[in-house]
Amino acid sequence: MNIEQLDFYTQAVLSLAALVGLTSFLMLGQGRVLRLIFVFAVQGLLLALTTAVAAYSMNIHHLYISAALTLILKVIFIPWMLRRLVLQMDMHRDVEALKNNSAVMLGGASLMVFSYYILHPIVQTSSLVMLNALAVSLSVMLLGMLLMISHRQAVAHVVGFMSIENGLFFAAVVATHGMPMVVELGVAFDVLIAAVLFGIFFFHIRTSIDSLDVDKLNRLSEVEK
Amino acid sequence: MIAAYLVLLIPLFGMAFFSLAGHRADSGLLNIRLNAVNLVATVWLAINVLREGTILSSGKAFLIDPFNVYLIVLTAFVGLTTAIFSAPYMEHEKEIGRLNDARLKLYHAMYQGFMLSMYLVLMTNNMGILWVAMEGATLATVLLVSLYRTPESVEAAWKYFILCGVGIAQALFGTILLYYAAEQVGSLENALLWSVLYENADKLNPEVLEIAFVFLLIGYGTKIGLVPLHNWLPDAHSEGPTPMSAVLSGLLLNDALYAVVRNKMLVDGASHSDMAGFLMMGFGLLSFLVGALFLHRQKDIKRLFSYSSIEHMGMMTFAFGIGGPLATFAALLHMTVHSLTKSAIFVTVGHASQLAGTQSMEKIRGLIKTQPEIGWGLLIGTVSIAGFPPFGVFTSEFLVLLATMHSYPWLAPLLLLGIGIAFAGLFRHIQPIVYGDKPEGQQPIKANLWPVMIHLGLVLWLGLAIPGFLADWFSQATILISGSAPL
Repeated sequence: MNIEQLDFYTQAVLSLAALVGLTSFLMLGQGRVLRLIFVFAVQGLLLALTTAVAAYSMNIHHLYISAALTLILKVIFIPWMLRRLVLQMDMHRDVEALKNNSAVMLGGASLMVFSYYILHPIVQTSSLVMLNALAVSLSVMLLGMLLMISHRQAVAHVVGFMSIENGLFFAAVVATHGMPMVVELGVAFDVLIAAVLFGIFFFHIRTSIDSLDVDKLNRLSEVEK
Repeated sequence: MIAAYLVLLIPLFGMAFFSLAGHRADSGLLNIRLNAVNLVATVWLAINVLREGTILSSGKAFLIDPFNVYLIVLTAFVGLTTAIFSAPYMEHEKEIGRLNDARLKLYHAMYQGFMLSMYLVLMTNNMGILWVAMEGATLATVLLVSLYRTPESVEAAWKYFILCGVGIAQALFGTILLYYAAEQVGSLENALLWSVLYENADKLNPEVLEIAFVFLLIGYGTKIGLVPLHNWLPDAHSEGPTPMSAVLSGLLLNDALYAVVRNKMLVDGASHSDMAGFLMMGFGLLSFLVGALFLHRQKDIKRLFSYSSIEHMGMMTFAFGIGGPLATFAALLHMTVHSLTKSAIFVTVGHASQLAGTQSMEKIRGLIKTQPEIGWGLLIGTVSIAGFPPFGVFTSEFLVLLATMHSYPWLAPLLLLGIGIAFAGLFRHIQPIVYGDKPEGQQPIKANLWPVMIHLGLVLWLGLAIPGFLADWFSQATILISGSAPL
């Protein structure tokens, strides 16, 4: 595949996919909460840009709405809300020392390879561009999960959760030119409610364990202590 | 079709009303009435479907066929009886100061919201909306799990939120792959509609669909509570209010399994291999055995029965995985009797733990001596869920075993072993609870056991003789899912 011979849309999607993947890795290695939220907003912006490019090149008007939704929700509202909560709870000074940072990064890299491996059968049915786009979105989802596993703070969990949603939106836009409008609206609505609920939960967790370190959420277990 | 819209509009109205009007003295009663009206609407809908066959609404947004209509009626029925139980139960919780007006308002609004999302899951024809409604059910119940605001309940709700949210994201990826496969075919309009996908299943790319099914099974499987994705389930059941446990076990798990079976129908149509069935059999059998073994280790009565739910959902997944007409019929029957029995059990468990003031099984003793109806209710419920004749659970488990012997005889001993282990696990805990000596000062409480009696009566009836119209109904659903009639 020679990238110079591809049309504008394909080139743009491939570059944006690479950048979206990169932001996932940046989030994975980030120990400071506020920077984590910032990188998450950047990923949202890239996603909105991808959607807009797809809408422009293929002349699908409803994708503009979906791009606008992403911009409002993922770039402005959720990062703003998380940032405000973090400052309010005076959490921004907690720098999380990541244990085994290099192992986590290597794990992330293998997850990306794994995504390509899983989706390889699709190559026979479609172009390499599609494989790249789908594999990157799957790896954004898996990296989001790894982020949730490797970080201890509740805020990092929320960012991981939302970045999984980013991966899903990326797949929907690039592979299928966007889901039907009613589904996109429904999913966006779910994400919005989830974000608000997360905000409520921060306060509950804070009052119940006096911190937002989810490692301390360990009262329930299979065996009575 | 009017009936179908009514079924969705009533809980929507209920949710709006409860969240705007706040908690009133008659909220519990109103909740019962709303659910009762909806039961009438669903029965009307079912009669329509029985007379006219599958209903597809004009915009193709809703699809009601024999497979989902019986689950819709079951949902309305369990919703109603649980509402009847929850009214005095919640009053008691308010009296002892565990809840206040604001939380009760949240509870009633979210109860209706949960019912709405359950109906939407069952009725929608759009695979995307199915996902949205399923996620909506998580969001509606997550605040209910943390209703008591104890550190344990907040932890359980957080776990539930994260695990189900992340899990179900996989299902959306699977749905996107499904849509992608449909778009490859080209010239398909509304390619995310189940009816369109099903008609064109043989044209879809089998490889893409098989990859999609793995994601769909893991995603919705988290909601079904399949091992090893079951971790949220016992916590959410044990820490949330008891009426919530009844509807979670009785309805939510069924609806998630419904979503998996719908997707399996598509994959089977496309691939002509048994891959989807084998995956479901494997996960199902694992959940069944692990659930049965973990029954022995429990200390909390609600955790005990939530592991029993995992075990039974495993058995249903396994039966749908085998996939022949007999196994499918058995799985459909098992879905019904399990919902009825499990919600009845959670109702009695709720009363029993209010009576003893604890959920710890070591401290709940002498139920029959204190308040015989609760003790007998729990005992008969346990007998039924353990699969004793003449209850309906026995019939469906027997049919599953029969189907297993027919298709995969070498798996039958494992099933028998699991049933035996589960039986032992349940009775060694329940026996001292019901027969033991009553602790000093334990007083009977006000309890409404009508829901329990009606549920267990129905399960008994289904065990003795399945009424003709219901058997017919199940047969039609079986033909739809497996392609041929069971008998």
